[in-house]
Amino acid sequence: MNTPSNLKYAKSDEWFDPATGTVGISDYAQNQLSDIVFVEILVEEGEEVTVGKAIASVESVKASSEIYAPAAGKVSAVNKGLSDKPETLNSDPYGEGWMIKIESGQAGEVMDASEYEKYCEGRSH
Amino acid sequence: MANIVEPTIFELSSPGRRGVTMPASDVPEASLPPKELLRSELPLPELAEVDVVRHYMKLSKFNYSVDDGFYPLGSCTMKYNPKINEDTCRLPGFLFTHPLQPIETVQGNLALMFEMQEWLKEISGFAGVTLQPAAGAHGEFTGVLMMAAYHKLRSDTKRTKMLIPDAAHGTNPASVGMLGMQVVTIPSDERGNVDLEKLKAACDDTVVGMMLTNPNTLGMFDEHIEEVVKLVKDCGGLMYGDGANLNALLGIVRPGDLGFDVMHFNLHKTFSVPHGGGGPGSGPVGVSQRLVDFLPSPLVGIVEEGDDEMAPLYGFVTPKNSIGRMKAFHGHFGGGLVRSYTYIAMHGPDGLKDIAQYAVLNANYLQARLRGTYHIPYDRICMHEFVMEGQFEGSDVRALDISKRLMDYNFHPPTNYFPLIVHEALMIEPTETENKDTLDRFADALIKIAEEAKTQPELLHNAPSTTQFGRMDEVKAARELVLCCWLPENYEA
Amino acid sequence: MTYIPISSAERDAMLKTVGVKSLDDLFEAVPAKHRFPELNLPPALTEMEAAAHLGELASTNENVREHLISFLGAGAYHHYVPSVVDHMLRRGEFYTAYTPYQPEISQGTLQAIFEYQSLMTNLTGMEVSNASHYDGATAAAEAVNLAYAQYRGKRKKLVLSPAVNPQYREVIRTYTQGMGVDTAGDDAENHDGGPEALIPLIDESTMLVTVQYPDFFGRIYDYTDLIKVAHEKGALVCVVANPTALVMLKTPGEMGADIVVGEAQPFGIPLWYGGPYLGFFTTKKSYVHKMAGRLVGETVDVRGNRSYVLTLTAREQHIKRERATSNICTNQGLLALCASVYMSTLGKQGLQEVANLCYQKAHYAASELSKLDGFGLCHTEPYFHEFVLCCPKPASEVNQYLLDNGILGGYDLGKDYPDMQNHLLVAVTEMNSKDEIDTLVEILKEM
Ligand SMILES: Cc1ncc(COP(=O)(O)O)c(C=O)c1O
Repeated sequence: MNTPSNLKYAKSDEWFDPATGTVGISDYAQNQLSDIVFVEILVEEGEEVTVGKAIASVESVKASSEIYAPAAGKVSAVNKGLSDKPETLNSDPYGEGWMIKIESGQAGEVMDASEYEKYCEGRSH
Repeated sequence: MANIVEPTIFELSSPGRRGVTMPASDVPEASLPPKELLRSELPLPELAEVDVVRHYMKLSKFNYSVDDGFYPLGSCTMKYNPKINEDTCRLPGFLFTHPLQPIETVQGNLALMFEMQEWLKEISGFAGVTLQPAAGAHGEFTGVLMMAAYHKLRSDTKRTKMLIPDAAHGTNPASVGMLGMQVVTIPSDERGNVDLEKLKAACDDTVVGMMLTNPNTLGMFDEHIEEVVKLVKDCGGLMYGDGANLNALLGIVRPGDLGFDVMHFNLHKTFSVPHGGGGPGSGPVGVSQRLVDFLPSPLVGIVEEGDDEMAPLYGFVTPKNSIGRMKAFHGHFGGGLVRSYTYIAMHGPDGLKDIAQYAVLNANYLQARLRGTYHIPYDRICMHEFVMEGQFEGSDVRALDISKRLMDYNFHPPTNYFPLIVHEALMIEPTETENKDTLDRFADALIKIAEEAKTQPELLHNAPSTTQFGRMDEVKAARELVLCCWLPENYEA
Repeated sequence: MTYIPISSAERDAMLKTVGVKSLDDLFEAVPAKHRFPELNLPPALTEMEAAAHLGELASTNENVREHLISFLGAGAYHHYVPSVVDHMLRRGEFYTAYTPYQPEISQGTLQAIFEYQSLMTNLTGMEVSNASHYDGATAAAEAVNLAYAQYRGKRKKLVLSPAVNPQYREVIRTYTQGMGVDTAGDDAENHDGGPEALIPLIDESTMLVTVQYPDFFGRIYDYTDLIKVAHEKGALVCVVANPTALVMLKTPGEMGADIVVGEAQPFGIPLWYGGPYLGFFTTKKSYVHKMAGRLVGETVDVRGNRSYVLTLTAREQHIKRERATSNICTNQGLLALCASVYMSTLGKQGLQEVANLCYQKAHYAASELSKLDGFGLCHTEPYFHEFVLCCPKPASEVNQYLLDNGILGGYDLGKDYPDMQNHLLVAVTEMNSKDEIDTLVEILKEM
């Protein structure tokens, strides 16, 4: 499991980069979902989001999941290319697979990398 | 293994080949619409009749069906489909009546539908029945619309939440989602009943009602059903019953008597309408007195009373506060209602009770035979089905592997991964139309497979190996999305 | 014990294994006061008795093969069904199988659905077809759900042509009653305008425009301009189409439609007093994730065989639950097979013959009927196999008179359109011989 230490993580498996405001889903999440075949970003540039608002919907071969905003603020960018290449979420969840940027986003309840790793281990039975 | 692919009907096409031809026109020729309104090409296959027959015969042999063998697909009630039903539903008087014919010319159809409404009411203990819905999910949507309409008419507009147990079938929350209502999930307790404390906490004046499957998808009859119903009703909610599992209740108990307000029937489960490789089904809905005025329109009713000499005149009636029409025409008359009517007529009250009793006996017998070999998380007397775990300590074998291996023993697998509350669920519903030998062979196969899981797990991981096709690449299908084909000459386009 | 293959000795052995004494003991969880109700139902019939009883009920009807000459359509059409069709449908391997959840042992059903999807996309000129929907009306209602989901509820206006089948419009109203949809155009008193009348109603809040092709009155319009305007405003367009007409006419796909749905009953499915029929649902690839219903895709198995599976299932209710666009589960599988066998057996040329016969006979009937005193065609637009006949008397009276003479007349439009009391919607198919048409004309002449 890859968990970059510069990022913060939400319980619902989104990551948030406090330095840039970028949001995506964690390596753990993409692995749980397995082969992702569809992504739809549900918010637009300029839209205000609150913590916990659904910002994207993701479908894999076997599962479907909503992605929630881990931080509040104004959406300053949306990864428009993602819907054409949903598999990027599997191959590069922290890079090319970013979803949106939240300008000076105020993080909600988030964990640091080591806490999140522990939290994930606790969930795999 | 030899490549056994059957070409598609498009690949089989050869330009100029003819199948069935139509008679020449016997009227003077009229000119066609202007060219701008005509299509330029019709890229459809050209085949001879024999090509068509052999093609579909070949395809049919790729299928496993109830006519081939045991099909214990939980929640789907894959019982034997009596052949007489296939004949009655094709009687010319049924096949060749137009849905908009004047009622005087279709009294046979209407009498059948009227009687069917009455029978379903009697079987379920409800005050009214609509035959319109096309399938179970369509019936659910009908029911939820009626529940919403009931509260709305009473100006009880705070009610936006539907309580749904965690074991519920996906169509329940999806039906609620179609109306934009909120789903509140109610957990099950360790005996497979609705968790009463959690239910109590969720019941308030924002509740539309509860959608409950009883027996639930674990095959368990809720041991506190009366308390569950009372809790929901006391907070002003309505009780929806998912009738997918009615096979266990025929002549045993009537959902209406238990206090349910609305329930859909799956005629394609309980009353032997064949599943047709996916449909058509038929999903009539029964309602208590509180909801009769909200039923979809129209219903079949008596529009002129009969007497000793004269049969009554059947026709259509519209309930006072009807939610409206759910589909065109009158429901799945031919393929649904006529088959089920035949089936019910041939069972009578005692025969219906036999169905439930033997469906439940068969399930309990299999459960008893498999107990000890497989972990059964909710282990008590089950109804028509039960759920066990398809996994073993220290083994990486999964429910899916067990299912695929069953194919090598020439059985259709049980339902996998449903209900969601059991890990590696294998949901087994034998139905009443299987004999003891079949059940024994099936249990023996599962016991042997459990042994194989320990000694030769690769047999399971690689299964099925004796079927015509092996496991499919589902990721490729979803990523590449080839969803249709064309005539060979149209491929450049 | 009609279909229960268990002897009493076997039953007793099984009860013993289970650990209970009697069958009744299996039901102790059921509240005692409601357990084992007496059902007041007629006693069981044997197969022989049931066959006779059903035969009697069926023969109480007057049917359009043995008793009545029919000119009734309005959403259900009497066509010839080649013999092969029912022979294939009667294969137990097809009709007693479930939805193909286990692809290794369901390739027959899966390939048949894949072919059905292909036949429908080629017919409509669209890119994707689902595996079937309940019927034409519910497919039209699901198109509204697709559009609603596509705009995530941000657009709520539906422009609905009054010349869409009235029952379909009713079903759309039922389906959307909880969604806060704002419907424009659905006005039974203003039904003559055609596409031009709808164009001004389309605006930036419009999610969907729904029209019918040929429309309920039989008129053929090219919707290209309407679709262009809708797309300029960002709205989707759904065309409800008759499949027999599509064999001859420009495809909605060519006009730019986003969704093409309809009732495929004319393709080999008996009238059956209204069902089960076959809703088809086709769209563009870009909307596939919002489309209701099952979908089959091509893939390979581990042995390298080309094969088929249910795909994009995470859109559906069993995975997406309350977030799914639709709740549909059981569909019309066997009838999709029926339509496929029908289309394959007639083939391209046979289908063209059917379409042409419908067209020619309808035009002959229309021309003869309009020569009668007091009768006339209501519209001047091109039509396919259905047209509106203006009568000198209320349509209900005309129909009663025809029925007394063994003819099932057209559809009485006054039931749905208050200003059309004297208007009959007449349908003519390849099943109507010239003699039948001449008889209709003769009888009306005498009226
Ligand atoms: C428990 C349960 N509820 C609802 C349904 C939905 O019924 P249908 O498939 O007829 O729409 C099913 C069937 O699949 C079911 O098993």
